[in-house]
Amino acid sequence: MAATTAAPTTGIAPVPQITAHRIEREPTGWRSWVLTTDHKRIGIMYLVTTFVFFILGGVEALLIRLQLGTPDNTLLTPETYNQLFTMHGTTMVFLFVVPIMAGFGNYFIPLMIGARDMAFPKLNALSYWLLLAGGIVFYASMFWTPPEAGWTMYPPLSNEAFSISGGTDAWIFLIHLTGLSSLVGAVNFYCTLANMRAPGMGWGRLPLFGWTILIYAVLLILALPVIAAGVTMLLTDRHFGTHFFDAANGGDPLLYQHLFWFFGHPEVYIMILPGFGIISEVLPVFARKPIFGYKAVAAATAVIAFLSLIVWAHHMFTTPSPAVVLVFFMLSSFLIGIPTGIKMFNWIATLWRGTVEFKTPLLFAVGFLSVFLMGGITGITLATFPIDWQLHDTYFVVAHFHYTLVGGAIFSIFAGIYYWFPKMTGRKMHEGMGIVSFIVMFIGFNMTFAIQHAIGLEGMPRRIYEYPDMNGLAWMNLLSTIGAFVFGLGILITIINIARSLKTGAIAGPDPWKGNTLEWFTTSPPPVNNFDSVPRIRSVEPMKDIRRQVERQTRPVDQRGEVAPEHTVTGG
Amino acid sequence: MRRGVLSDRPATMIPAALRSVRLLLPALILGAIGTLILTPVASADFLSPENGGSPNADSINSLYWILFILSCIVFAAVEGALIYALVKYRARKGAVPAQIRGNTRLEIGWTVGAAVILVIIAIVTFIQLGDIRNAPSTDQTAGLQLPEQPTPGETDTPDNSAFPKNGRSLRVQVNGQQYVWRYTYPDDTPENNQDNAFDYETMVVPTDTTVTLEIKAQDVAHSWWIPKLGGKFDAIPGHTNYTWFKVPGKLADTTFRGQCAELCGRNHANMIAHVKAVTPDEYTAYIERRKAEIKAGNAAAAQKRQQIEGEQ
Repeated sequence: MAATTAAPTTGIAPVPQITAHRIEREPTGWRSWVLTTDHKRIGIMYLVTTFVFFILGGVEALLIRLQLGTPDNTLLTPETYNQLFTMHGTTMVFLFVVPIMAGFGNYFIPLMIGARDMAFPKLNALSYWLLLAGGIVFYASMFWTPPEAGWTMYPPLSNEAFSISGGTDAWIFLIHLTGLSSLVGAVNFYCTLANMRAPGMGWGRLPLFGWTILIYAVLLILALPVIAAGVTMLLTDRHFGTHFFDAANGGDPLLYQHLFWFFGHPEVYIMILPGFGIISEVLPVFARKPIFGYKAVAAATAVIAFLSLIVWAHHMFTTPSPAVVLVFFMLSSFLIGIPTGIKMFNWIATLWRGTVEFKTPLLFAVGFLSVFLMGGITGITLATFPIDWQLHDTYFVVAHFHYTLVGGAIFSIFAGIYYWFPKMTGRKMHEGMGIVSFIVMFIGFNMTFAIQHAIGLEGMPRRIYEYPDMNGLAWMNLLSTIGAFVFGLGILITIINIARSLKTGAIAGPDPWKGNTLEWFTTSPPPVNNFDSVPRIRSVEPMKDIRRQVERQTRPVDQRGEVAPEHTVTGG
Repeated sequence: MRRGVLSDRPATMIPAALRSVRLLLPALILGAIGTLILTPVASADFLSPENGGSPNADSINSLYWILFILSCIVFAAVEGALIYALVKYRARKGAVPAQIRGNTRLEIGWTVGAAVILVIIAIVTFIQLGDIRNAPSTDQTAGLQLPEQPTPGETDTPDNSAFPKNGRSLRVQVNGQQYVWRYTYPDDTPENNQDNAFDYETMVVPTDTTVTLEIKAQDVAHSWWIPKLGGKFDAIPGHTNYTWFKVPGKLADTTFRGQCAELCGRNHANMIAHVKAVTPDEYTAYIERRKAEIKAGNAAAAQKRQQIEGEQ
């Protein structure tokens, strides 16, 4: 479509050229969404779809917490309970956190690098529809028998002998479909970032969110084929008579665990690195200060990604493994603490000596810093394998990875939503509601998960549908359940805020935050082809340069002949 | 509120009292965090893994405490720096953000700092590791009298750390199945397991005696875990996992509770394990009694079978 409207060249063409046979009308209504190849529309579909799955996964989490609210509760049957935590984990990982990062990437990577679209717009649409198909296949199992062997789907429990239901197969199909979706998307991101950056935007001037999406794409390309193989082997074990994971016939269930976690640990960073990218964009804007150590932050991302490929067996410290394996994976896991620490310090240093404006995106970004730190510290505790022998598969682990994923991914996603909502819709979100939402979420989150460390230390394993009234488990679990509902309320406030801001939010204008990156150069929401012209990029903060240039050119000269002072450096 | 760079009121005009309040605030917040951390320390059990039943659980607990204290220092320092930065450098009249893009020395500094902390943790872990992994010998006088036995050759844990050097440990076979644990006690005919005493759910063990567990699973994966007796070890079909514990004599007649820690199906929550510690003499008597019970039960079953076959 874009080609048919290209303007005829003004020079002398050697042969007559036909530039357009006919003008196709832009589709309107629902067709404008279903048939679109525009990265912004696809991005919005990604964001909306994944947010719906987030709500579904959240409802599942609340049901789980409701069941655990009191000891020996009989609200849910063990069968339903196992189905719920399987659905919750799978939804949050495969249908929410990973694809919502692709949603932000889709919308903002072309804008941030000054491109008109992704490298392969049709493949981009395919990515989205594969994701949706995966989600539908998986959730359709709700009407029959959902899977119940946990999101890790370990055999032998997930073998046909113990999980006869088709739910497990629906889960395998989901992994295949969303995996393909992510792979296609990852190749697209890589090609876009490698080839379509604005003139002057060398790798050293790529926004940090671009760096993290690039590395997210590389990790997906490296890790996904392994899980694809693993679940295909599981599928053939279940239905086609192979014995890859069947110990009785020469197979080995541990092989699956290795394959799963070889993917599974990079997956953790696939989920969190783009969040790091969002934080690295938000903090400098609201501290009115450049990111501290751009190169170090970008390099730390790459180092984390590399290390994430060699730590997988720290999920398997309690399996029968030789001591040398345990020691190796303990030390490699420790190493991840170094680049993560570098990032943490660089972020704090970015705030240091800035002028911090407490807008909602900044609050979520700071919330991220304060809770992700906790997840990082408990991560080192768990990486110490003798300690992991006590804590593995208990609520301590549940607390740890929720501190990294809810604290890390969800808080950064919310920072991203509040930060970019004006760009996507042209309207601002309500600040007051945003602040209240953050405070309620922050309190609810810590109430839910801080106490779960203690629950785990008292010996409560995860994935159990009931627990006896002993060791104070009753009050601690009740506190956690109340916290979960408080957290849910906080999220609900943001949902209401989004709904009302879509209609009644203040008009944002192209650059409401005085941002640093190119997406703020175009209108809000941006037109179909994003930019009429792309400026030459001279630094990692092109918008700062552009604002300075505009100011120099348009600074009004008043009647006394004096130039008005600069007033846009610290926007209010 | 809109605050410009060129403000009419310079920063020095902020009253000194106000500035000391600003310093007080982070101090107060740090104090509050400190109190929050220190109060539960009084009820330490809440903040650390279960222990007290076996030396390996105790060693894990002390290693955990070292890491916990280090973690608290790091946590307080980083959160403190964050809160300080937010309070001190919040946007206000007259403030100009410093356009700093980095500081190589500082960045190398905190990279090295993080590495040093991790090296310390690794060293402390290696120091404690021996006590956690290597099984001590059974007490020669207080414990059960056991013969020296060779350690099994090829295992998944090739260094055989769950077996004492002199081989004097009570080797109990633990078998996980949906949703119960079965324990087979050793007897003096190790080549024949059919006539051994066995138990479900509750394992009876002698005190002051090193008990080495040989953990297997027969259907799906399970995980053996009694928190007070040390870490958990997965039972995976096709593999044997090993661990050990040794209950001190003063804890005779104590029952330790635990449960399966690896999702094994719908009733995973109900796959409970108990370990009851008794004196070695009581243990010997118990095994004899158990053997007699099993013999009588088998005989009764055989009789019943004959009776039914006769009726057909």
